Amino acid sequence: MLSTLDPGSPAARRGLSDITIRNLFIIPTIAFLIVFNIFPLIYSLGYSFTDFRASTNAPTNFVGLQNYRDLLNDDHVWNNFTVTAKYVLLSVGGQVLVGFGVAMLLNREIPFKGLITTLLLLPMMMSMVVVGLFWELLYSPSWGIVDYALGLEGFDWLSNPSVALYAIAITDVWMWSPFVMLLCLAGLSAIPQRLYEAAAIDRASRWYTFRRITLPLVTPLLLIAIIFRTMEAIKTFDLAFIMSTQETTELIAIKLYRLAFQEWQTGPSCALAYMVLIIVLAVTNIYVKYLNRVKER
Amino acid sequence: MAAVQSNAQKAINRAAVGLVVLVTLIYLVPIYWITTTAFKPRSLATTVPPTVLFTPEVTAFIKLFTRRVQMISKVAPDVYAKAPWWEQRIYDLGERFIKDSDGHIELSAYPSRFLNSMIVAVVSTFLAVAMGTLTAYGFSRFRLPGEQDWLFFILSTRMLPPVVVAIPMFLMYRAVGLVDSHLGLIILYTAFNLSFSVWLMKGFIDEIPKEYEEAALVDGYTRMEAFVKIVLSQAATGIAATAVFCFITAWNEYAFALMMTNRRAQTAPPFIPSQLGSGITDWTAIAAGTFLFLLPAAIFTFLLRKHLLRGVTFGTIRK
Repeated sequence: MLSTLDPGSPAARRGLSDITIRNLFIIPTIAFLIVFNIFPLIYSLGYSFTDFRASTNAPTNFVGLQNYRDLLNDDHVWNNFTVTAKYVLLSVGGQVLVGFGVAMLLNREIPFKGLITTLLLLPMMMSMVVVGLFWELLYSPSWGIVDYALGLEGFDWLSNPSVALYAIAITDVWMWSPFVMLLCLAGLSAIPQRLYEAAAIDRASRWYTFRRITLPLVTPLLLIAIIFRTMEAIKTFDLAFIMSTQETTELIAIKLYRLAFQEWQTGPSCALAYMVLIIVLAVTNIYVKYLNRVKER
Repeated sequence: MAAVQSNAQKAINRAAVGLVVLVTLIYLVPIYWITTTAFKPRSLATTVPPTVLFTPEVTAFIKLFTRRVQMISKVAPDVYAKAPWWEQRIYDLGERFIKDSDGHIELSAYPSRFLNSMIVAVVSTFLAVAMGTLTAYGFSRFRLPGEQDWLFFILSTRMLPPVVVAIPMFLMYRAVGLVDSHLGLIILYTAFNLSFSVWLMKGFIDEIPKEYEEAALVDGYTRMEAFVKIVLSQAATGIAATAVFCFITAWNEYAFALMMTNRRAQTAPPFIPSQLGSGITDWTAIAAGTFLFLLPAAIFTFLLRKHLLRGVTFGTIRK
């Protein structure tokens, strides 16, 4: 931080004062975010206590906590939450396994390492919709290459209610494992080589070295990756919405979209949005706390 | 003993390299497949077993950009001979272009959707990066009461699920007539990217030694001049990296675009899947549209490879 200039100094007399510049630079951004992010949320909090429907001109009534009560008593909504939880576990679990595994493989001298890493990172930069769309082509039961490669003739991944969620999770794992890999690689490459040399002198077993040196030193970054991916997985909309219309793949974000923009139950949808928001903010809080702790080290 | 160990180590290394190559190849299959499908003749796109070797052609791209109808009878040989090669490809399929009275070929909706994506992504990126850079400088160089809380507040706006924000935004936009407008999407994307831009830029600006500015102030620069001439030029790489990340996010965004636009301002992400209508789907044209749409993201990934880690962790992990 720059020391604040002495008000009498020549530099302070010319041009704008530091305080003015600070306010000029920071306030517009904060105002913009309040107007376009926080204000809408306050607006929708109000609607969550009403039976407002954006598609009609019918008068709006205040219903108190009725929307929240109805949602919590609705088996479908509970099913949406269960599906979302299952999806989060499947996709984040898969990403950690694949991402960490590939990072371990890549953490050595390899010809064209930079090129390989960049190629592996490609899926992460792509549009979820487009990824979902072309995985639909790959999963096709009649001519998809997934079935062909696995020797499963005519196996229908996406129309099969018990498999569709797994198929979507696999696509998500393909897309986001590189993210976990990137963070793990950063953690792995920061481990001082002398720790391994010391372990080799002590004739420590590979497993012991992995458990006592590699794992504890990668954990902080791996945890960041896990929390961040969990947050994103809870919010998932695009991928599952594009790939399947099954009830077994109706994630909470999709339910929210249908309730708000297809059934036009604006009041209840605002209430559900608040329930999702609280969950996401809780996870975000953990994420930021953790990020700060890692940064301080 | 040492030699034995290093031999074992070598074997493990070799196995790992082999495995890496294998994983990379498997990883690239979906991308390879979508790329080749875009260049396949339609009859070879959905064959069993999958066609790997074929003569590439660009018919799918011609189809992607134009509107066509089936022809009842065959085209007259003299018309065919006079037509340019790309029109001949369409005649070969038993189709013809829809033309207006002046003979101009009618374009499909794809180019305009692509253009919408470009406009919205470029303008929102510019706004987010410009505001983000200023704010990051403010946070980096000056004291502010409750600084950490404000930074957390800024970050938390990024974490809001799009669908949650979209419901009240839609109602507000409807009231002021911003539904299905470029401006409406630009505002949403700017707000969405702003927090990211502030965090990432703060990381970059924190790294510029403040002695540079202090020296400039002593030399008689005002604070504003020092910011423009020293900080902005030192942070140029960071600004470029931030801009690319914001661009890709806006370019790929789907949920807001789906809910806020339907025709005039619709971007490519909600448009591309809507071509998957009933009846027979032409996967080559979809693959062609997808291929063009993915191209910017792929190019930028290569340009950004050194900054990816920073980008995905909001600038907190720098390596």
